[in-house]
Amino acid sequence: MRSRRLEEQIFKGLMIASLTLVLVVLAGIIFITIYKGAPALTLSMLTETPKGGYYLGKEGGIANAIVGSLYLGLGASFCALLLSVPVAFGLQKEYTGWRFASFTKLVLDVLWGIPSIVYGAFGFVVMAYFGLRASLLGGIIVLTLLMLPIMVRSMEEVIRTIPLELKEVSYALGTTRIETTMAVVLRQALPGMVTAVLLAFGRGIGDAASILFTAGYTDYIPRSLFDPVASLPLAVFFQIGTPIPEVQERAYASALILLLIVFVVSIVSRILSHRFSKHIVR
Amino acid sequence: MPHISLNNLSISYGNHKVLHEVSVDIPDSQITVIIGPSGCGKTTLLKSLNRLLDLNDDVSVKGNVLIDGVNTYDPKADVLSLRKKLGFLSQRPYPLPMSIYDNIAFGPKVHRLTQEQIVQQIRDLEGRSFQVPERKNGAMDVLVESYLRLAGLWDEVKDRLRTPASRLSIGQQQRLALARALAVEPEAILADEPTSALDPLSAQLIEKQFKFLRNNYTIVVVTHILRQARRIADYVIFLYLGELVEHGPAESFFKSPKDERTRAYISGEIS
Repeated sequence: MRSRRLEEQIFKGLMIASLTLVLVVLAGIIFITIYKGAPALTLSMLTETPKGGYYLGKEGGIANAIVGSLYLGLGASFCALLLSVPVAFGLQKEYTGWRFASFTKLVLDVLWGIPSIVYGAFGFVVMAYFGLRASLLGGIIVLTLLMLPIMVRSMEEVIRTIPLELKEVSYALGTTRIETTMAVVLRQALPGMVTAVLLAFGRGIGDAASILFTAGYTDYIPRSLFDPVASLPLAVFFQIGTPIPEVQERAYASALILLLIVFVVSIVSRILSHRFSKHIVR
Repeated sequence: MPHISLNNLSISYGNHKVLHEVSVDIPDSQITVIIGPSGCGKTTLLKSLNRLLDLNDDVSVKGNVLIDGVNTYDPKADVLSLRKKLGFLSQRPYPLPMSIYDNIAFGPKVHRLTQEQIVQQIRDLEGRSFQVPERKNGAMDVLVESYLRLAGLWDEVKDRLRTPASRLSIGQQQRLALARALAVEPEAILADEPTSALDPLSAQLIEKQFKFLRNNYTIVVVTHILRQARRIADYVIFLYLGELVEHGPAESFFKSPKDERTRAYISGEIS
């Protein structure tokens, strides 16, 4: 009896230790970013594009990277969403045999694990073949590809957990597959699908390697899909690499802005998810 | 000719045979109860009628099920209109993820009923003419109310039709499922252990509703509760290990069973 109680204590201790470690590391990242970045975070940082001496620590801001990252992240999320929803539903057993579905899922899992620099290199090769230069469009396309496996797999998992009985009662009313999918399964899966989009968005907006060659970098806000575009991850990368301390501080400020964007998007998606779960059957 | 009739129906999941050459006519406008111990094929039999079995992998069906003379398992059969004819109640009630109102309106909307068809449906149901309220969806409002009344749920939900159906109690959810099934004008109601998740009072309400509906609908209830079968059955089908052992009118079935296994089951010697 005593040994069993001891076992219980050990496992409880392990859980607390791991949880503490994870929280401390996360809090550390956030603390360092705020501590180093907050002093450099000024209004002009948010509203101005880099002026002549910006990278030497003089006036200007990174509005180009903020707007660029939002364009890239939102644009790619939108494109990935359009593609992922039909794919995630199509992988269900009502539509696809399990052999093909599990093969596709395996491919997606591999794609999920591929380093983003490979996506960037792939995009670069394809764009070079078509004679395209680094642009907003190129960045959006590559980020869409990067997000796809994450979105599809997460959505597919959510949809698969929907109980067969719920679908049965819908089919029993004489509905078609698509009617049941759209009116019943989609509604039930919606909160989880919002989370899937958030997950993919977070990965996409924070990624630097895939857009290094495909979106480029510029001090201007793009006026069309074919202009190169700046992004926050690359802004962090370039600024932190300089020897000038003021500029390094600005790198942390840029990281802080990125953190805040992801934070706001998370909150919004929480609210959306909560609103969508009103009708959910538990 | 009865609405539902089974001919030499055999069903197996993979190599596992669940039903073995079942032939029986299900009498119209009565409550037919399918009894038998767990795992003897009752639910499989029920779900074979409206082809919900199609959703399972690896099911093979031999023989046929005639619904109004049409073989359900004919590849050319129109599964959608066939399912519409057979309302279905699951073991645990599953409201659709929408409001109470939309749960009822869902079926008629899916089948794209016109305003005139809705009005006609209500007339057929109520057996009298009525005034369609002059507002948007006026006819649908009346239809929803009619079916909620028919399922004995109206008084409990009339003030919260727009709230999520998932917030109803489980007993209310089952009556909502009944109303939802009735709203697509089925000829029969198939119920798979409809009271097994319910408290005794809610179960009683469902049974009462079945008795009330039996004049107009063919009702097939699967149950393993013998006492429930005695309470509601007009006709009994007894399955044992995938085999149709005996069937007949409830009175003679319970009073003078012909088969030894039926007698043993009724008396509680086997379960």
